[in-house]
Amino acid sequence: MLTKRIIPCLDIKNGRTVKGVRFENIRDAGDPVELAKWYAGQGADELVFLDITATNEERKTFAELVRDIARHIDIPFTVGGGISAVADVEVLLQAGADKVSINSAAIRNPQLVEDLAKRFGSQCVTVAIDTKYTDATGWKVYARAGTVETEHATVDWARQVIDLGAGEILLTSMNNDGTKAGFALDITKAVSEAVSVPVVASGGAGTMQHFADAFQVAHADAALAASLFHFRELSIPDLKQFLKAEGIAVRV
Amino acid sequence: MNLVIVDYKAGNVQSVLFALERLGVQATLSCDFETIKAADKVIFPGVGEASSAMAQLRSRNLDKLLPTLEQPFFGVCLGMQLLCEHSEEGDTEMLGIIPLPVKRFETDLKVPHMGWNQLEKLTSPLFEGIAEGEYAYYVHSYYVPLSAYTIAQTSYPEPFSAALQYKNFYAAQFHPEKSSAAGSQILKNFLTL
Repeated sequence: MLTKRIIPCLDIKNGRTVKGVRFENIRDAGDPVELAKWYAGQGADELVFLDITATNEERKTFAELVRDIARHIDIPFTVGGGISAVADVEVLLQAGADKVSINSAAIRNPQLVEDLAKRFGSQCVTVAIDTKYTDATGWKVYARAGTVETEHATVDWARQVIDLGAGEILLTSMNNDGTKAGFALDITKAVSEAVSVPVVASGGAGTMQHFADAFQVAHADAALAASLFHFRELSIPDLKQFLKAEGIAVRV
Repeated sequence: MNLVIVDYKAGNVQSVLFALERLGVQATLSCDFETIKAADKVIFPGVGEASSAMAQLRSRNLDKLLPTLEQPFFGVCLGMQLLCEHSEEGDTEMLGIIPLPVKRFETDLKVPHMGWNQLEKLTSPLFEGIAEGEYAYYVHSYYVPLSAYTIAQTSYPEPFSAALQYKNFYAAQFHPEKSSAAGSQILKNFLTL
């Protein structure tokens, strides 16, 4: 049976993991490769690496890092951050990334999604959507790391990028991100039911039950978290045993 | 051992190379006719879209060479589908080595079939040391139905060919290079066939 995926997300700045990661058994938790290997050993199903650097020079460092990650880990991983052209993606896939995630660039230039899907196949094109709810607007899509509201309603935008060839949606609720109060079940469910491709729930995980809810209530195919895992508030083996006991298919 | 990975600009060649490197095995990347022909074993990876991959193979004359190979050969993911006769993806005529069709998933489940799913009914030395129900990583929208050449199956929701063997041609729909310890074991098994 196809299992639900648990995905730790690592933010990368200038080749190093950020957010003061706390680990006991890792030589250098700031080293993304060490951390990635550790997560793979813990039973993470996939990893996401987000490049949060700004300059082109630092992006080159990121491509080298992607190569180093691919050399050392034996599970799939997605890379994102600052991708705006087919050439950027070519470099990352050739370095050994399995998927790329694009966000603002897809909003600026939806044609990019179609170009990437045609060139590399839908299976490696994840569109990341940052969404925020207000009573006045409903769930809207935000660009530029969540700083700019767009005209897109979230479900419509998800449908649009799927039509263009996206193979996966990574949906982050800005209302929930960092709250540890649970994933945004309503919009995750709405997107998951509206599209035919897998949906990754992101933002708000605080407990094991939140993951179960993302899968059972919101019908997400995967769930992503960052600090919850990085700060060891929740271990992946414990989480998977819990989900299994809840009757959810997981790889253990 | 002279191991060659067919490099025809279709995807995850680097990942396969790294997976072999983790096993301590050096491989040569090549799209050269003579180099591939002289190999002891050949690995044929692939991701992406069927008709463009076939176009890449034809432009290098590999559509003529690959069917004539007699050494152990391992097609992975799209590399498995390309060995078949015809794909519904882009209505593409494939290499025609294994007399089987490639079909699109018609299901209410999500497509692509993406993530870790279980290998069942393992009937080949390729799966030596692999337990029934072991997980492998998949990402694909097209599949090969069960057949006389199926050596492992996976269900989504109906069973399909997770792996095939036809003469010296072995193939896996999943990605052994991304399937953790089990995937490494399968690659290792291929190398000792």
